[in-house]
This record gives sequence, structure tokens and C-alpha cells, in this order.
Amino acid sequence: MEFLVASSIGLLTACGTYLLLRGRTFPVVIGLALLSYAVNVFLFAMGRLTINMPPILREGVTEYTDPLPQALVLTAIVISFGMTALIVVLSIRTFLEIGNDHVDGRPIGEPSEAGDKN
Amino acid sequence: MGDWIVVPIVLPAVMAALIVLAVRHDIILQRVFSITATLALVAVTFSLVIFANGHDPEMYGLSDWPAPFGIVLVLDRLSAMMVFLTSLLGLGVVLFASSEWDQRGKHFHALFQFQLMGVNGAFLTGDIFNLFVFFEVLLIASYGLMLHGAGADRLKAGMQYVVINLTGSALFLVGVGMIYSVTGTLNMADLAIQVANVASGDAALLRAGALILLLVFCVKAALVPIHFWLPGTYANAPAPVAALFAIMTKVGAYSVLRIYSLAFGDMAGDMAWLAQPYLLPAALITLVLGMTGVLAAKRLNTLIAFSVVGSMGTLLTSIALFTPESIAAGLYYLLHSTFSAAALFLIADLVVSRRGQYGDSLNTAPTFHQSGFLAVLFFIGAIGMAGMPPLSGFIGKLLILDAARDSGAMVWIWAIILVTSLMCIIGFGRAGSVLFWKSSSVEGEITVEGAKWPVLPIIAACGMLGGLVVLTAFGGPVTDYLHSVASQIFDTSGYIDAVLGDAAVAQLGQ
Repeated sequence: MEFLVASSIGLLTACGTYLLLRGRTFPVVIGLALLSYAVNVFLFAMGRLTINMPPILREGVTEYTDPLPQALVLTAIVISFGMTALIVVLSIRTFLEIGNDHVDGRPIGEPSEAGDKN
Repeated sequence: MGDWIVVPIVLPAVMAALIVLAVRHDIILQRVFSITATLALVAVTFSLVIFANGHDPEMYGLSDWPAPFGIVLVLDRLSAMMVFLTSLLGLGVVLFASSEWDQRGKHFHALFQFQLMGVNGAFLTGDIFNLFVFFEVLLIASYGLMLHGAGADRLKAGMQYVVINLTGSALFLVGVGMIYSVTGTLNMADLAIQVANVASGDAALLRAGALILLLVFCVKAALVPIHFWLPGTYANAPAPVAALFAIMTKVGAYSVLRIYSLAFGDMAGDMAWLAQPYLLPAALITLVLGMTGVLAAKRLNTLIAFSVVGSMGTLLTSIALFTPESIAAGLYYLLHSTFSAAALFLIADLVVSRRGQYGDSLNTAPTFHQSGFLAVLFFIGAIGMAGMPPLSGFIGKLLILDAARDSGAMVWIWAIILVTSLMCIIGFGRAGSVLFWKSSSVEGEITVEGAKWPVLPIIAACGMLGGLVVLTAFGGPVTDYLHSVASQIFDTSGYIDAVLGDAAVAQLGQ
């Protein structure tokens, strides 16, 4: 199971990073979403992977699963969900205002205007 | 007094909700509420500074959960000073914005109060995950403020700002995860104890996690090579928001100082002063790059934004030495650079709003209203930022140079700080002469409607410059106080004692 979880985190991160470096806002948004999934699974695994164990310490319980990462991951999910919504709205607004969806605000293939703006 | 520690977080939070729910249709009431709340915040944080100065660090356990299981807020001299600085800056910003800026978009005051809440929370918290949450609070508010009033350029810069900070947040969680998986705690005081006891097999994981966190804080502090977001964001943000953002880079610097002196400081065994070898070169390169940007900038706001990058380089150079003298010098420069950056952004907005179609481009244009008066303000601000005598920038840089005398990299630090200061003087001198001086050789005058004597913005800008004057005039008492702040930072057992009690400190000694 460790191999499965680790490689899926790696795959998600790799895809997320690749998409994040793309020039248009849509792949960037998807990339951020993938990256946040990877981070959430990673956070979940940081309390060690255990199955069918109680999350609460009680008398006589020696094997348990760490409840704190689950609480942290819940917070992280809420925040990343809200942020995904924000960036979707923001990229649509930028598209409507500027007229294209390039992250630099210029159509792909056009020379950059590095000379007069920075 | 212990219960008052939570007030700098709760007061803006309640006020933001109140503004958005009760008075959202009435801009006058919003201003009254927002300014009153900020004034109250100044009073509260000032009394916290007085309290922290006379006491050991004090803890406030949220919901009274005992540390390290619950989240704690910790008030020591450093965090008290930072929340006081935030509230003073906030007061200037809210006064400036209340004349006209807050009507260019919706919910300025609510977002502003949320921003104050996030910044204050980040300064007060004693828990790394809680620090992440407050980072998110201040970032979410800053996204709203950054896009306040919209416009194509601002949206473009805002999009990049949001993307880089979301990536930063993801990295923050990765770092937190790695640290927790090894130490089993996220409480900063508890972490300071656990770091020394980590098994040697796990040390690499802990080191990697700590350095990922350092990367995230450096994104906030705009350190090379992850500074690219700052010039675009600050130059395109609304002026009062850019002034408020002067404290956001300091949040990054504060986090570096707090975590890497407390948890990865003297007591950390193999990982003592983990951040130092990476931080110092990056800070020096940042300084060079920022001041080169000042020379190259073609717009006034870009010029000021690059000078902020440069000042962060100076500040982190000083922090990266991690000695009591250098920390005290760095904190002095931190206070100074916050006020001078805020003042310059506010003055630049007064200039830009009077130049009509010429905006903030550094081209020769005809004279404009009150150009003499604004030239004086800009001159004072530029002297402060460049670090020329007699203002506090000079004292700050002098203290930093003095503190670097025993460092192995002393030659580099002295050479780079002195040369970049010259570059900064040239950059600001050129901008000032183009804006104010050469315009007298051009026929005519720019007239812009409604640009008379805006009382509140001028009071706000002069207030920020007043901060520089106060820092200069009371340089002696201020540096004495900052030395006591620095000595408290190095007395980590005092901090741990406040959070976890005597037993934990005894454990530390073993």
C-alpha cells in the first residue's frame, strides 16, 4: 500500500507541476488542483498508513491511527477548495477583461513587451 | 493581561463581519467603524508592547486546551512589536484609503480588517499549522485587496500573485507534513525540544521539511530567486494596498526569524542554525537585484517595488547572521523599511493622481498641482529608503554594517550594502529629478479635477514619514528596546517555559 500511495502522490505532483508551468490559465488551474490533491494525500500519510484502527486513545488500545493529520487535512481541503473556486472565477474575469487566457495577458506567439513594462 | 493577547485577532475579525453584514451600504459608517477599530487596535497593541517589555513571554491557550495539544498564542517582545507596527501601518493605510480609494471597489474595509486579522494572527501564533491558517487568512484578504478596483493590468498581475501564493501554500503543507511525520508535533516550543531528540535516520527528512518551509517564507519575503511576483504585484496594486503589503514581506522575515532561531537555533544539535548558509547569499543577491531594478525601472511604482525587494535583501542579510546584535539591527531596519516603503507608495499615488495621462511613467511632463510640496515628501521618503543621513535608514544600515563586522562574510556584506545604497540613491535621484525638477522646463501645467488638498491622504503620508522621524529622533531608546527583543529571542528556554512549563525546560537541558 505504501508503494501505491507514494507513487500516486508522485504522479499527481509531477502532473500538477507540469500543468502549472503551462502558459494558459486553464492548465494552470487544473495543475493547482492536482497539486492540492497530492498535498492532501501526502498530509494524510504523514501520520503513518494504518488500516482499521481506532483514531482515539483509550485504556487498552495500543494500536491506533493518528487523528491529527486527518483534522489538518480537513482544514487543507476546505482552504484549497475555496482557493480553486477563487482562481477559476479570477481566470474567467481576466479572460473577459483582457481578451485572452495567457498568464502574461498576451496571446501565445506574440513577442513579449519586456522593453516597456516590467 | 493574558487574555488581551487574543484581542488583536478577534477585534478585526468581529469588525470585518460587522462591516460586511451591518453597514455595507453606507460608506461613511464603514469608514467610521474601520478607523475606530484600527485606532482601538493601536491602543491595545501599544499596551501589549508595554506589557511584554516588563514580563517574560506570556501564553494564551485558545479554548484553554493545554499546549502542545491545543493551539497557543504567544506574546513576547518580538510579536508585540510586530503587531504594534502592523496596527500603526494599518492606521495610515485606512486613513489614506478613506478619502477616495475605498469607493473604487466593494468591501475595502471588510477585506482590510480581515487582512489585519491574518497578519496579527501570524505574528502571535505559536503553532506552525496555525501559522499556515493565518497565512491563508491574510492571503485571501490580500487577493481581494490586490484586485480592488480591478482593471486589466491589475487582474493580470493579480492572477500571477494568486497562482504563486497557492503554490507556496501547497509547499507549506508539504513542509509541515514532513516536520510532523518526524517530530510528532507542530507546536513551535515543543518542536524546539523534539528537534534535538530526532533519531539520526529521520534527520534528513526533518532537514528537508525545514528547508521547504524556509522556501515558503522566502516566497513571502520576496527573496531571490522567488521574488518575481513582488514588483508586478506591488506596482499594480492600489496604492493603499501596496502600502499595507509593506508588512506582508515582513511576515515572511518574521517567520524565518521565529522558527529558525527557536526550533532550529542553538539547541537543535546537528541542525543548529539550519537556515544560515542558504539565507545569507540569497539575501545579498536579492539586495543587488532589487537595487539594479531601481536603476532600471521605467515606472515610479515599479521603482518603489524594486526598492522594497532591495530592502528585504538588506533586512534578511542582517537576520541571516543570527547574532543578537545583527537581529537587533535587522529589527530596526525592519521598522524603518516598513514605514519608508508605505510612505513612498502613498506619496507616489498622490503624484500619479495629479499627473493625469502621464500616470506613473518616468517621463518628463509638465508641472502639476502641489508639485513642490509633494517633491519635499518624496525627497524625505527617498532619503529614508536609500539610507542617507539624517533619517533612520542611515542608522539602520550603520547598525547592520556594525553587526556584520565579526562575520566571515564581512567583506561581501559591507561592499554590497554600500554599493547598492549608491545605486538606490542614483535611482531615486533620477526619478525625483524627472518627476519634479525637469518638469519646470516644459510649458504648461497638468490640471486634474478634484486634486486639491486631500486632507486624509496627506496626513497618512506624513504620518508614515513621521514614523521615520520618530525612529531617528528616538534612535537610542528604540535600539535599547530592540536589544532586549533580540536577547529574548535568543533566550529560547524562556519561550518554552511560557508555553510548556518548567518540566519541559528541564527536559531541554538533558
